[in-house]
Amino acid sequence: MAKPKNQREFSVLSISLGVGFATGLYGISFGALSVSAGLDIVQTQVLSLLMFSGGSQFAFIGVIAAAGVGGIGVGAAVVSAWLLGIRNGFYALRMAPLLKPLGLGKLIPALLTIDESTAVATAQKEIADQKKGFWLTGAAVFVFWNLMTFIGAVLGDALGDPKNFGLDAAAAAAFLGLIWPRLMERQTFAVAALAILIATFTTPYLPAGVPVLVAGLSSVIFGLFNWLKPKEQVIK
Amino acid sequence: MSLWFGIVAASLAVYSWKIFGYLLPSSVLNNPVLARIANLLTVALLAALLGVQGFTSGTQIELDARGPALLVAALLLFLRAPFIVMVASAALVAALIRLWLG
Repeated sequence: MAKPKNQREFSVLSISLGVGFATGLYGISFGALSVSAGLDIVQTQVLSLLMFSGGSQFAFIGVIAAAGVGGIGVGAAVVSAWLLGIRNGFYALRMAPLLKPLGLGKLIPALLTIDESTAVATAQKEIADQKKGFWLTGAAVFVFWNLMTFIGAVLGDALGDPKNFGLDAAAAAAFLGLIWPRLMERQTFAVAALAILIATFTTPYLPAGVPVLVAGLSSVIFGLFNWLKPKEQVIK
Repeated sequence: MSLWFGIVAASLAVYSWKIFGYLLPSSVLNNPVLARIANLLTVALLAALLGVQGFTSGTQIELDARGPALLVAALLLFLRAPFIVMVASAALVAALIRLWLG
């Protein structure tokens, strides 16, 4: 029975490496965009090492890019990143009974609890594979994400004025790419459309960074009343 | 608030969600309204950032080369292009438009 077991291990490992590499590739765009938003290379790297959550990192530098590197903009960037990290809490709730970490042993799995590690873990049938999927994917994404962040930051630093290279458009495209898979459903599409309108049209009247937070309310409106709810309500 | 302080504070803030998930009872998952809002909040914030990043400049609403770049990005996403290709293409389109229009 050794052979099927080996094959199964190989497939979890190859899925983990594939996901890690693919995710790492967009670490290049994060690194470059972070430097063009006004962070230096070290600050950019620290975000990938400590925050380690793509959506929150893009949000942080997105608000900094719009609001500048000081004052209320930084506060809004912190709150945006924090709010975008909320889904990691739900992933952690789901991973806790699987991994059963104890005491200080919770610190590392918590850091690695992100979209990708949770997705690969929950896609496996057997408990052993689920654990392996979490750890291998978490580790692979951590290594590739940080490596590519560094490469992107160095490249972005060398490019100079970001506008000449269309990096402002690249940042907008990155956000489009992050929400794209969710736009096929009418409820999330409506939430996204309302959020875009609120954020754009309140920008002339509110301090920089704040429009993003106000637009976040569109999720509360649709979430409370469950307007345009999907036909099969599956809360993951 | 200084940028370094913000970076450390934001990192800890994001980490707090992750660690709380291992400390809290899993019954939190059973609140459907909370779970639904958390789920939609991700989409709302990322979409808001798309709006700010794509259609504003400073404190003004501004439509420029980023618009066509986003259309190309959407087309590439529809065609299932890889993330990095889509992002790089958007940058290229915006850069070329600015080059041609001076």
